[in-house]
Amino acid sequence: MQEAMIKRAKELLADGIVDRVIGWKKGEFSYDHTPAVFTSAQELDESFVCDDFTSANLSKYLVKETIREGKILAFLKPCDTYSFNQLVKEHRIDRDKVYVIGIPGGPKLDIEKIRARGITGILNVRNENYTLKIETIYGVSEMPFYEAISVKCESCKSKKHVVYDELIGEDGEVLDSNRFDMVEKLENMTSQERYDFWRSELSKCIRCNACRTVCPACTCEKCVFENPDSGIENKAAADSFEENMFHIIRAFHVAGRCTDCGECSRVCPENIPLHLLNRKFIKDINSLYGTYQAGENTTDKAPLNEYKMDDCEASIVHERGAE
Amino acid sequence: MQVNNNNEFQPLIVAFCCNWCSYAGADLSGTNRLNYPTNVKIIRVPCSCRVNPMFILRAFQRGADGVILCGCHPGDCHYTSGNYFTRRRMTLLFSMLDFLGIERDRTRVEWVSAAEGAKFAATMNEFTEAVRKLGPNRRLEDLRCRKQ
Repeated sequence: MQEAMIKRAKELLADGIVDRVIGWKKGEFSYDHTPAVFTSAQELDESFVCDDFTSANLSKYLVKETIREGKILAFLKPCDTYSFNQLVKEHRIDRDKVYVIGIPGGPKLDIEKIRARGITGILNVRNENYTLKIETIYGVSEMPFYEAISVKCESCKSKKHVVYDELIGEDGEVLDSNRFDMVEKLENMTSQERYDFWRSELSKCIRCNACRTVCPACTCEKCVFENPDSGIENKAAADSFEENMFHIIRAFHVAGRCTDCGECSRVCPENIPLHLLNRKFIKDINSLYGTYQAGENTTDKAPLNEYKMDDCEASIVHERGAE
Repeated sequence: MQVNNNNEFQPLIVAFCCNWCSYAGADLSGTNRLNYPTNVKIIRVPCSCRVNPMFILRAFQRGADGVILCGCHPGDCHYTSGNYFTRRRMTLLFSMLDFLGIERDRTRVEWVSAAEGAKFAATMNEFTEAVRKLGPNRRLEDLRCRKQ
């Protein structure tokens, strides 16, 4: 598929239909690919890559890229197209300046899951019939493919591209995923257990702000957390309150706009399951205000931008559950 | 959190009151000589939907043990639809606080009109007692802001 993508990108560049290409560039190792913009056929040949480790969502980069002149070609996986649509809807991306090629989605791999098996000194990872052959400086190790897939791919919500100009490969279907299972499990715990769970998770936070920086829904020019008067722009969270505050507000600011792409958890250096906070909001919105999938189209009103006369009262939160 | 002379816990309640209804309702309960606890500190806002989730968290940070948000009854908003948005936002916020294991009874939304002085006093009495039972806010406090 990588060859087909490079070929098509070169054609579009040569025809002058696009001026730039956004994709993924080979990293130092075979598993640390980074998003990059390519401007020539030569660059594409040298470093363009698309494999099991190209999990980064490219949609957010298009906010800055479409401000520049000229048209850009973007390769989007199904989950990325939801983020893309959401940004188009919020007028953050100029749709006319992007040529979207839909490519098949994951599952993508998470190098941390391979490392968690005690495999170190990794040089190269190859997928042979869903068994991973991991070349390390100590020799070759093996592990099943599906045990190394990233958290966001474990509960894939859709293989369908909601927007594209052309497709490489086939379009899939919206899946019936189990993505709310963990949220439900937490909801069924007692308040003390939930508190302990989140304390143990959120206390790992080093306030690197990676979750905010990578999030395709977080595109404010000036973020509330960068306001020195807010008292919480400090790098390290000095108190448990700050950890709670940062994560509640981060999740709240994307409530109703989060497409559940799972980038926040993917980039978290401490592996905090941040997507659970977003999913809690999605689950609540679905159950209280009707099923809503952000980014599915560019016309629906976001749940927090509208209301109904007969919405439930806030006291519903106090009434449900035993504890 | 405050402690009185007998070393009993006195909850600190922050009440965000809409200028057009609940704030006037509080005034009415005063002119009617109705009692409500001195634990309640009122912050006047132009509309209940002026209250950003950050305000609620900030109140807890600075020592509140309970936060109540009072606005006009649905349909009576001075700005036509503000309180409908408040209702959705606060439902989601309270649900999230509950999800993080913070006692759900520390937060409340109540609709109080300018004519409901009695309801305002009754609500504040009831809410203060509920928070008093829960004890001091420990799960969402900032140690740096703790008094003493």
